[in-house]
Amino acid sequence: MNPSVLDGYDPQDFYCEMLRSPASRAVRERLASLSIEALKQRASNANAELYNLGITFTVYSDAKTIDRILPFDVIPRVLSGEEWREIESGIVQRITAINLLLDDIYHQQHLLRDGIVPSDLILGNRNYRPLMRGIDVPHKTYVNICGTDIVRDEHGAFLVLEDNARTPSGVSYVVENRHLMLRAFPDLLDEIGLHPVENYGARLISALYEVAPAGIADPRVVLLSPGTYNSAYFEHVFLAREMGVPLVEGRDLLVEDDRVFMRTTGGLSRVDVIYRRIDDDYLDPGAFLPESTLGVPGLMRAYRAGNVALANAVGTGVADDKAVYAYMPRIIRYYLAQEPILQNVETHICREPEALRYTLDHLAELVVKPVGEAGGYGITVGPKATRRELDECRAKLLADPSNYISQPCVKLSVAPTLVDGHVEPRHVDLRPFAVTGSSTWVLPGGLTRVALRRGSLVVNSSQGGGSKDTWVVA
Amino acid sequence: MPDVLLARYADCIFWLARYVERAENLARILDVNETFSRDGRGGQNWRSIVQLNSDEKRFFAKHDTASVHSVVNFYVIDNDNPTSILSAICNARENARTLRPLISTEMWVQLNMFYNHLLGLCAEDLAPGRLGALFATIKEACQTHTGITEGTFFRDQGWYFYQIGRYIERADQTTRLLDIKYHLLLPSVADVGSPADVSQWNALLRSAAGYHAFRRLHAASTTPARVAGFLLLNPAFPRSAHHCVREVGQLLGEVKSRYALRRGNDAAEELDRLQALLGTLDVSTILSRGLHEFLDTIQRQLIAVTRELSVAFFGYIPEELQVQAATPQ
Repeated sequence: MNPSVLDGYDPQDFYCEMLRSPASRAVRERLASLSIEALKQRASNANAELYNLGITFTVYSDAKTIDRILPFDVIPRVLSGEEWREIESGIVQRITAINLLLDDIYHQQHLLRDGIVPSDLILGNRNYRPLMRGIDVPHKTYVNICGTDIVRDEHGAFLVLEDNARTPSGVSYVVENRHLMLRAFPDLLDEIGLHPVENYGARLISALYEVAPAGIADPRVVLLSPGTYNSAYFEHVFLAREMGVPLVEGRDLLVEDDRVFMRTTGGLSRVDVIYRRIDDDYLDPGAFLPESTLGVPGLMRAYRAGNVALANAVGTGVADDKAVYAYMPRIIRYYLAQEPILQNVETHICREPEALRYTLDHLAELVVKPVGEAGGYGITVGPKATRRELDECRAKLLADPSNYISQPCVKLSVAPTLVDGHVEPRHVDLRPFAVTGSSTWVLPGGLTRVALRRGSLVVNSSQGGGSKDTWVVA
Repeated sequence: MPDVLLARYADCIFWLARYVERAENLARILDVNETFSRDGRGGQNWRSIVQLNSDEKRFFAKHDTASVHSVVNFYVIDNDNPTSILSAICNARENARTLRPLISTEMWVQLNMFYNHLLGLCAEDLAPGRLGALFATIKEACQTHTGITEGTFFRDQGWYFYQIGRYIERADQTTRLLDIKYHLLLPSVADVGSPADVSQWNALLRSAAGYHAFRRLHAASTTPARVAGFLLLNPAFPRSAHHCVREVGQLLGEVKSRYALRRGNDAAEELDRLQALLGTLDVSTILSRGLHEFLDTIQRQLIAVTRELSVAFFGYIPEELQVQAATPQ
């Protein structure tokens, strides 16, 4: 008899998303009736399809462009309805607090006056944009699109690792992974009561309509991308298609009389809402980095005049800063008078002398992260680091303590994953996507990223990560 | 938002169509040459392909002689050669990638797989016995693209610019083919009426997929003048310069009126001139005045139309155009 998918699978002492989930019984049973050979065959078909569909991200090496797929693992990650409701309500709470925080720090600054967060942490932050002071954004929504990184510890508790409140990516994989599963494993999904992920584009454009400048009957929305060379270009294409809007680059837009236009075959055509997938720094060479060629000169003038909406708003980067993150439980209590539904990972802010001392004393047990980086860069994982790496980390910490935070090494949960023909436990995280116009909606599930290297805790696509379909089972 | 089209998208879709059309024409020429060049003129025939795009300098920097091996290598899989099929499909795919929000997923997937297939070709695939199958695959992939586009591409402005690009390229390719082959094949006294001669003219017609239609019109005799007249002026032959130019004229008129595009009158004027050239002269007049000069005029006129379209619709600034025309995206 051929071995089936979960035979001999051993998650050791990690929390296993498959074996421990109250909602995974049906999936486990169906996987048990599938041979490992059949699974391998379907997995290889699915990954070939990703390549043919061009669902790829672009990597540059030796001046050549290489299209890579984000490796897709076909064994789904399952969440129960109850687990999902906890995550969903926790995210809504967090985004509500973040939007209140942003509105406050660009207006009255009660938070700083009440001493909840040190002023210089906010006002001295490189992502704080003084240009945004006193500007009112529709519905006071600064963060229209948020991707919150959530991990699970060995007890099964969900913990927020990061709030990605600038231009989070990955949602295209959520939808495409589901399409792939529907084609490769119709038998696995059949009547299992899965929450659909189809309507993300419709939700997104509705939210963008809600934040359009007042008085425009039929607002024109565009998606602003850095272009085909950007590693997330596939996602930009995906979202533009799902919303049915033009995918533009900076060179397609221009500002005249504080109004934004795009260049069309029939001349200039008005633009009202821009879902921008370009960082603040590159948006407008007149306002931010003068050398930026990706942006649109004069865009900030039009924005400040209220003639165009930008999603996300300018200046949200201060809210997902890793040092500000440490204060998020206090920020939630301050604005909402509620206890946080989702906890933070315990965080030591190295700008505080005591925290720095603790970090230096426990370096080999902690994860040290630079506060401003994304994509998993610059992280030192103490328990995995060599003597020399720890020494380098120590030197960096001493040279610029306020650039770092440290966190205990969370024993991330695992999920069964097909690796080299075997099913083995691999660490996973979860990035649900939330869309906010006048209110917040969270796409059921989210992107489950999986660290494909044995023992690795780093799930980023740039560092050997893959992804799984995330099933919220009612 | 079907009522507006980004200028940059119009440019990309125009060139996407041109590159695929170019690849198909090149595959046709190589295919026919491979099949019908087994005569004393073989070497000369391969050399004529190098002249088609005025590639002599670049070609002979890499290869000593124009043989089936060197020419097929240069024009199928050489990615340093901007006029190779691989380069054309690479450019078509890059444009398609930019255009993904506009074109159908099927169009993108097919071009992506076609490109990946070409990338995977190796020297073995170009071995003499396998060339026929290779060219058939390439032609078929280009035609599949055309068919998928016809069946899935939303009929808004983009469709018009796609078709305009395709017909301009096709007209250009037909004139180039005729220009090179006509002079190569003009009979010397000794050759007149010999079997080899007729088979070469037939090969020329086959390159342009016109052999059977030509037979239906001129069953009994194949003369150089008739072949030239057919390829240039026949209004019903889908690759004739006359047919292609007439299509472009109609498409341009339609897209302008349907979408109320104010610009593009200069392009229309250049097209009128072209139509006048192709619609009023008969082939004997053209031959007596000099075929090469005539074809050259047509080609220059097609470049002028492209230039005016680029300025009117694609967002080019006239002063920049010299550079841009030489390096289309």
